[in-house]
Amino acid sequence: MMVSHASRKILLKWGRWVGTFVAMSLICIPGLWIVLSSFRPNVEILSKPAVWIPENINLDHYRAIFSSDPGQGAVPVWNYFQNSMIIASTSTLIAIIIGMAGGYAFARYRFRGKNTLFLGFMLSRTVPGIALSLPLFIVYAKLGIIDTEFGMILIYVALNLPFTIWLIDGFFRQVPEELGQAAQIDGCTPWQAFWHVEFPLAKSGVASAAIFAFLTSWNEFALASQLTRSTGSKTLPVGLLDFTSEFTINWGGMCALAVIMIVPALLLTFVVQKHLVAGLTFGGVKG
Amino acid sequence: MKRKILSPPVLLLLPAMIIIVAVILLPLLLSLYTSFTPFKLTRPDTFYRFIGLRNYERLFTDVYFWAAFGRTFVVLTIALNVEMMLGLGLALLVNRAIAGQRTLRTIMMFPMMFSPILVGFQFKFLFNDNIGLVNNALQSLGIAQAIPWLVDEYLALFAILTAEIWSSTSIFAILILAGLMAIPRDPIEAAKVDGCTVWQTFRHITLPYLMPFMFIAMTIRSLDIARAYDIVQIMTAGGPARRTELLWTLISRTGYVDANMGLANAMAYISIFLSIFFTWYFFRKLMAARRYMGGAQ
Repeated sequence: MMVSHASRKILLKWGRWVGTFVAMSLICIPGLWIVLSSFRPNVEILSKPAVWIPENINLDHYRAIFSSDPGQGAVPVWNYFQNSMIIASTSTLIAIIIGMAGGYAFARYRFRGKNTLFLGFMLSRTVPGIALSLPLFIVYAKLGIIDTEFGMILIYVALNLPFTIWLIDGFFRQVPEELGQAAQIDGCTPWQAFWHVEFPLAKSGVASAAIFAFLTSWNEFALASQLTRSTGSKTLPVGLLDFTSEFTINWGGMCALAVIMIVPALLLTFVVQKHLVAGLTFGGVKG
Repeated sequence: MKRKILSPPVLLLLPAMIIIVAVILLPLLLSLYTSFTPFKLTRPDTFYRFIGLRNYERLFTDVYFWAAFGRTFVVLTIALNVEMMLGLGLALLVNRAIAGQRTLRTIMMFPMMFSPILVGFQFKFLFNDNIGLVNNALQSLGIAQAIPWLVDEYLALFAILTAEIWSSTSIFAILILAGLMAIPRDPIEAAKVDGCTVWQTFRHITLPYLMPFMFIAMTIRSLDIARAYDIVQIMTAGGPARRTELLWTLISRTGYVDANMGLANAMAYISIFLSIFFTWYFFRKLMAARRYMGGAQ
């Protein structure tokens, strides 16, 4: 059967539309289902046959997990949230400061063993979290920093450094070296040249590296689940398992906690999405 | 008087080196030592007993270990390949979209923000045999039987792979899309004028341009392949009856549940080499693709 050129074109166009639509649905539906379920009463979540159109929408699950009565399914969400916030933001800040120094060194200087060092940094990142947790568990227990926020911050800084250095290196490479040199000829100190001339141009890159580091710490589970024990240091991903420790699973509560976990990540990523892609590709292709 | 002992790059890199050595390299050396001892958390004195390679010998004859190792390798290979293919397809689709490209790209980034533990939970919920969306939908369509997604060995692995692929396809799609947008128009126009078919143009012009971007995505992705641990841990925890056990769930079970640190560290070392192998492999490919690009320009 011959299909005319024009109708084939239309068919192709429609095919692309349908394909795009299906793909986007597959991406969105799982997340939206969680959000929807967090607002539905357990009766509806558990009902057989399934209730497809939500009849009751309320905040009961949120109220329950924030309440103080463990019998209702309360978990120390607020503690977990605070721990996550403190650990993720502090480790990000430190990783960015140290990573900026390292990334700048990689972008601006030639020195012996540069490639080896870079590869070494990257390889340190490949170590699976659970494999790293074993010796850290022993060391942290000996040093008495197990189950502390400090211990988690320390490990997350180390975890984030290689990637931070990679991204920041890529961004400083795009800033012409001559700018800093010109500023120094005009009488700036090296520090002034960096801070007032080069840094502002690479600022967006540094910001996206920061978001990346924050998300990694915010989402990390393998290490946190072994190195934290109490409400004083447990993070949200570990807290999510509180709901499954019992014999039955509190689906609604888990969905509510999941939503609380995803909202900050969502907001942050949308702010920098453009720079994020640029950072990843430039750092890699033109390295 | 200023004395220069260290050159500026060394000075700038020193804090990063100190932290990585202290928090990653030294513990790994400890881990290596521990893998030569029968160290058990419950018996601290075993830390000082040296038994040579006995842990490794034991692993080499351990059926569970090899089953988990093989499963991990297969799962990773399938996941990475499918993610790359789907990512390429998705990027090509979005690249051709005339309207709303920005919105589509934003939606595509959605799974990237999900913590692996969240992805695992989400699919545990969707694939729940009793109340999950998948079974409910199938039942509404008239398939009466509830499919035991997370109980059957192959179905459970399928569910885990689905979760894994859902969470990581977008990083491929986004980076490949960035590559597509950076392709110069001239060679494609020239190929058209010279009478190349759409497939030929794609195969010989578009694809070579995209290769470095694909390998960046692969390299970035292979840096944290072990995040599959989070997904499996919450979905099945390696069960039922070890049927979905991956290397990493086996490590955590041996180290923390059985408290057998020596053996777990030996396994951990093998898992580290597996990760390094994947990363190194794609890094080499990236370098080769980059050289190829450099030569072409």
